[in-house]
Amino acid sequence: MTSGLAQSAPPLPEHVPGRGVAWLERAGIGLLLWTGIALIAVPMLLTIYLSVFDEKLILFPPHGYTLAWYAAILPNFAQPIVTSVELASAAVVGSLLLGIPAGIGLSRHRFRGRGAVSTLLLAPLTVPLIALGLAIYVMMVTIDEQLGSMITGSMAGLVLAHVMIATPWVVRLCLASLTNHDRSAEEAAASLGANPFTVIWRVTLPAMRSGIIAGALFAFVFSFENLELALFLTSPGVTTLPVAVLQYLEYHIDPLVSAVAVVQTVGIAALLLVLDRFMRLGRIVR
Amino acid sequence: MTDSAALTLQDLTKHFGAHAVVRDVTLEVEPGELIVLLGPSGCGKTTTLRLIAGFVAPTAGDISLDGRSIVALPPHRREMGIVFQSYALFPHLTVARNVAFGLEMRRGPASATAARVSEMLRLVKLEALAARLPRELSGGQQQRVALARALAIHPRLLLLDEPLSNLDAALRQEMAREIRILQRAGGITTIMVTHDQTEAMAMADRLVVMHEGRVQQIGAPEAIHAQPANPFVARFIGGSNILQGRLESRCLVLPDGTVLALAGQYADSAEVTLAVRPDSVHLLAPDSDARAAGVVELCTWLGSVVEHVVRLGPDTTVLTRGPALGRDAVRRHAPGTRVSLAWEPDEERLFSAEGNALTASVTLKETNDA
Repeated sequence: MTSGLAQSAPPLPEHVPGRGVAWLERAGIGLLLWTGIALIAVPMLLTIYLSVFDEKLILFPPHGYTLAWYAAILPNFAQPIVTSVELASAAVVGSLLLGIPAGIGLSRHRFRGRGAVSTLLLAPLTVPLIALGLAIYVMMVTIDEQLGSMITGSMAGLVLAHVMIATPWVVRLCLASLTNHDRSAEEAAASLGANPFTVIWRVTLPAMRSGIIAGALFAFVFSFENLELALFLTSPGVTTLPVAVLQYLEYHIDPLVSAVAVVQTVGIAALLLVLDRFMRLGRIVR
Repeated sequence: MTDSAALTLQDLTKHFGAHAVVRDVTLEVEPGELIVLLGPSGCGKTTTLRLIAGFVAPTAGDISLDGRSIVALPPHRREMGIVFQSYALFPHLTVARNVAFGLEMRRGPASATAARVSEMLRLVKLEALAARLPRELSGGQQQRVALARALAIHPRLLLLDEPLSNLDAALRQEMAREIRILQRAGGITTIMVTHDQTEAMAMADRLVVMHEGRVQQIGAPEAIHAQPANPFVARFIGGSNILQGRLESRCLVLPDGTVLALAGQYADSAEVTLAVRPDSVHLLAPDSDARAAGVVELCTWLGSVVEHVVRLGPDTTVLTRGPALGRDAVRRHAPGTRVSLAWEPDEERLFSAEGNALTASVTLKETNDA
C-alpha cells in the first residue's frame, strides 16, 4: 500500500514546474511563429511598398506614390510573359503525360528495378538546378553539333528541360494520391464490363484527381518561376519572364521589377486559393 | 430472368512462383446453386474466386460456364457480378451512378438503365439514398449498394468475397438472410468465400471445404457436419476433438497412455485419428463400461450451452458441450469431479494415417446383440 502511494505521488511535484515550462514553451513557440511570419511577410510587404514609389531609382523616402509601374509591365515584358505562360503550360502537359502513367505503374506493380526507376524519377530534385542547367546546356550543344539540330536556345529545348524537372513532382503527388486507393474498385469496374482503358478513365484517374491537380499546379509554378535552367537555355528570341527581369535589372534599378514581382505573386496566390477551394491542397501536400 | 449459368472447374491449379496456392480444384456448380468455399485463411479459397473472376490466370486447369471455357476471356467480358469484402464502391459516384456503372458499360438506352437502377435500389431498399455518395452510407448500406451494383447487370455468376465480414454481428445475420432471399428469388448461381463456418452453414446449398489449396470435401452442410471426410474437416467444421493414437483390439491407445474404448470395431490397427464432436460427448458418473474416464478441469457456462474440459491423461483433454436449459439440459460438474465419457457409435469418426475415413466392421445392431 505504502509503495503504491509513493508511486502515485511524483506527478504533483512534477506538475508545478511543468506549468513554468509550458509558459516558456508557449512563449518560445510564439516567438518562432512571429519571426517566421515576419521573415515571410516583410520582404513581400517591402516589395509592394517599393512597387508604388514614384521614382526612377529606388530612393528613400520617395517623392510620391504611383501605380504607373504596374501600367509599364505589359509594354516592357509582354513577350517574356507570353513565352513563360506557354512554357509553363507545355511543361504541365508534358509532365502530366509522363508523370500520371508513371505514378499508376509504380503504384500498381512491384517489378524488378522498381526502386531504381523510382530513384531515377526523383533524382532531378536532388541536383542543384544551376548544375543541372549547365549540364543540360552542354548536352544540347553537343547534340546540336553532332546532329546539326537547333535544340539549344529553342522553345522545345526549354520545354524538355522543364518537363524533366516538373515530372518528379507529378509522379510523387500521383503516387501519394493512390496510396489509399482501393484497387478492388478497379476490379469491380472490370467485372462490370469496363475494359482496362475505361477502368483507368472512370476509376483510377478520378481517384487521382487531387494528386493530378496538385501536380499540375506544382509543375506550372515551378516552370513559371524557374530562373536557373532558363538562364542557360533561353536565347534572344526565346526569353522567359524571370530571365527578362534579370536582364532588365542589369541596366535599371527601378520599381518596375517590384511591380512585376507583386503581380506574379498575387497571380500565383490567387491560383492557389481558387484551387484550394476545390481541392483542399492542405490535404494533398503534407 | 434466369440467365444464370452452370460453372465447372476442372483441375484448376494456380502457382505463385514455386508456391501452389490452388491445387487440382474440380467442382461442378448447378445453375441457381449457392456454393460456399470455406477454409482457414491461406487455404486458396479467395484465389479460386479470383481465378473464376479472371483477375488471375490459372497455371493449369479449366473454367467453363455452361460448358464453354472462359479461361481466355478477360474479366470485363466474363459477365460476373462481384461483391468485395471492402465493397469497392466508386467513391466519386453517387449510389445510383454506382449501380448504373455496369449498365453504362453495356451502352443500353438511358431509360432502360434508369429503370433497372431504380428497380435494383428498390430491391435493396435504398431508393431514398440514390443521390448519396458511398462515404455517406453505413457499412450495411454500402454492402447493399455493392450487391445492387453486382446484380444490376444480370450476371451469369455472382461472386461474393467475404461479403459479411466487415459488418457487426447483428447486421451480418440480417444481410445473410437478405442475400440468400435475393439469390434464391433470382435463381442466381453464386460462389461465396468465407472463413466463418456458421455463415457458411447458414447460406450454402453445398459447402466446399478447402485446406492448403486442395478441396477437402464437397457436400451439403448437414452431410459434412455429420460425415466429415478427414480429420481437418472434422476439426474445422464442428470443432471436433481430435485424438491421435494406435488401435489395439477395440481400444484407442494414445501416446500418453490414455485408453479409449471405441464403439465400433475397425480392421486397421495402425496409426489412426479419432474425431468426436463436443456436442456428442456425454458426461456420466464414473463407470467402468464407459468409453473413457477423466477428471473435470473446467466448467464454462455460455448461456444456452455448458462446456466441460475433461482431462483424460497427462497430454489429453476432451471438450464436451451440451444444452444448459430444457429437457436435455446437462448436469454441471465442478472442477475435480471424476466423470466418464460416452458417445453414440455413429458419432465416432475414425481416420487412417492418410486421412481416409475408416468404417466400423461391426455395426450398431451387432454390438447390441453381443
